[in-house]
Amino acid sequence: MGDNHVHALRGISLDIARGDFVSIMGASGSGKSTLMNIIGCLDKPSSGKYYLDGVDVGALDRDELADIRNRKVGFVFQQFNLLARTSALENVELPLLYSDNDKSKFKERAMAALTAVGLEKRYDHHPSQLSGGQQQRVAIARSLINDPQLILADEPTGALDSRTSIEIMGIFQKLNREKGMSIVVVTHEPDIAHYSNRILQFKDGHLMLDEAVPNPRNAERELAEMPELEEEKEPVA
Amino acid sequence: MNKVFQSMRIAFRALRVNKLRSALTMLGIIIGVGAVIAMVSVGSGATDRIHQQIASIGSNVIIIQPGSQNTGGVKSGNGNSQTLTEEDAEAIPRECPDVVFSTPIQSNNQQVVYGSNNWGTKIYGVSPDYMTIRDIRIEEGEPFTADDVKSTNKVALLGKTVVDNIFAGEDPIGKTIRVRKVPFTVIGTLVPKGQNSSGQDQDDMILMPITTAKKKVMGGGRANSWQQIGQIMVQARDGRNNAAMDEIEALLRQRHRLQATEDNDFQVRSLEEMAAAQEQATQIMGLLLASIASVSLIVGGIGIMNIMLVSVTERTKEIGLRQAVGAKTNDILSQFLVEAVSLSLLGGCLGIGMGVLASFGISYFAGWNTLVSLPSIMAAFFFSALVGVFFGFYPARKAALLDPIEALRYE
Repeated sequence: MGDNHVHALRGISLDIARGDFVSIMGASGSGKSTLMNIIGCLDKPSSGKYYLDGVDVGALDRDELADIRNRKVGFVFQQFNLLARTSALENVELPLLYSDNDKSKFKERAMAALTAVGLEKRYDHHPSQLSGGQQQRVAIARSLINDPQLILADEPTGALDSRTSIEIMGIFQKLNREKGMSIVVVTHEPDIAHYSNRILQFKDGHLMLDEAVPNPRNAERELAEMPELEEEKEPVA
Repeated sequence: MNKVFQSMRIAFRALRVNKLRSALTMLGIIIGVGAVIAMVSVGSGATDRIHQQIASIGSNVIIIQPGSQNTGGVKSGNGNSQTLTEEDAEAIPRECPDVVFSTPIQSNNQQVVYGSNNWGTKIYGVSPDYMTIRDIRIEEGEPFTADDVKSTNKVALLGKTVVDNIFAGEDPIGKTIRVRKVPFTVIGTLVPKGQNSSGQDQDDMILMPITTAKKKVMGGGRANSWQQIGQIMVQARDGRNNAAMDEIEALLRQRHRLQATEDNDFQVRSLEEMAAAQEQATQIMGLLLASIASVSLIVGGIGIMNIMLVSVTERTKEIGLRQAVGAKTNDILSQFLVEAVSLSLLGGCLGIGMGVLASFGISYFAGWNTLVSLPSIMAAFFFSALVGVFFGFYPARKAALLDPIEALRYE
């Protein structure tokens, strides 16, 4: 009776284990964005439960959600979402501003995160001075800074060329392999999805397919086989 | 505390990004605060002038003047009962317990001659207590005494302006000057007092014993008019001004044999009261000016609110990102609030500078006395902060309550 609730997701039961590398695929309107918002604690399910690290997220208030996002989730966006006119280092520090950490360690930790994505030399560059791939690496460094259990990437390669996309996926694979971080990538590109270990296919709010990837692609090996690109050499500032 | 510094850093960066916009926004506050400071300085300058005036008159001074002649009926023709006398002046301190000193005053403009120089000035015939009441001091020489008054001695005390005009560098002490051909010995000079509030030169005068002044300088006319004097000036005990005025009124009514139904044939006025009334009027004027000026402060505040709302909309995506990486409601709120307060405080500080400059300008060009006081500066600082908080709160709250999903999606 005039009740116009649209259920973006229906009847989904899903477990993502620690250390999983999962791709979420689906056309627009399939409910994958809603799922991502719920997984990222930006949104709460209207019914049903979502447990992150054993905590029932649905029961938390606004600020508690913010705190969970700060400590347990790292976000990577399609458009990088870096603060303009702000150095890479300060962009990476951003989540630290909202957790009560020791301020004296900020720089050190941000540098460590930048080193993990291979951008330590560009720490003082502003986003406008960095290429798309470099910007996305800064964004990944930012998502790493609080050592989250989960990295959530929404079309992380959507704005990048194919080679850079592989580099970015390589970073995710390395983080997953070496640090045991759980990684969830939302993408509509099957190529990209095949760098993960598991693919979830959504359609009209339903989980259509949940399958393991038998032989995930290896970004590092693929890159090693590619010819070195001139422009990826140190650019003249 | 760390959080505050951090919010300030973020805020200053945001303000630096839009320098022109920040400056224009601040301009409203600068003008508002500047206007308030300048107007308050004009007001307190005027008040200060009045305080100086009271100080130059002397403290607790009461003036008694003859009543107006047009009271109608038979009495106005008589004249005797409406006139103050030297005896009245002598009786007041004797009979009124709250009066300390009293002097009769008879003044007249006369030409003073020394050698080939002459100068028109005001002659005051007074008793020695005049010096005490008006707080006039001797610079050189001696004041005249009660004996000089009693013996009608031809002695005079000269104000600085008179000395400058007829002695031209000579030492006046002991010299003889002539007033209406009567020779006077100069026995002293007076410490300069400068101009009074109406710009009158208070050093352009000669003091001499009341008796001498009346008989030798202003003499002539009817014999009994020798007893009459222009006015009486008295000094009341500290804090007993009103009591002294009542006592004087009662005494003079009795001395002038006035019936209960008759009006006073004299006026008793406290200079301090007059000054206080003037001061109050000035203060009200100053308050009025300041409140008009503070309207522009409010307009400036609305400017800040406007720009903050624009800024929140522009930075919706940034807000979404900050929320996504863990900014809580209060983090966003304080970021934008600090930004608004920084704008208004910075504007306030510049406005204080401008207000101080403006009040110097007013003093310099308009010749008005202005006084920039520390409390007014502190109040301006405080109020500009308050304007920032008041007008910054709504935009900041709007930012803090944005839905992170919507904000992140905003283009």
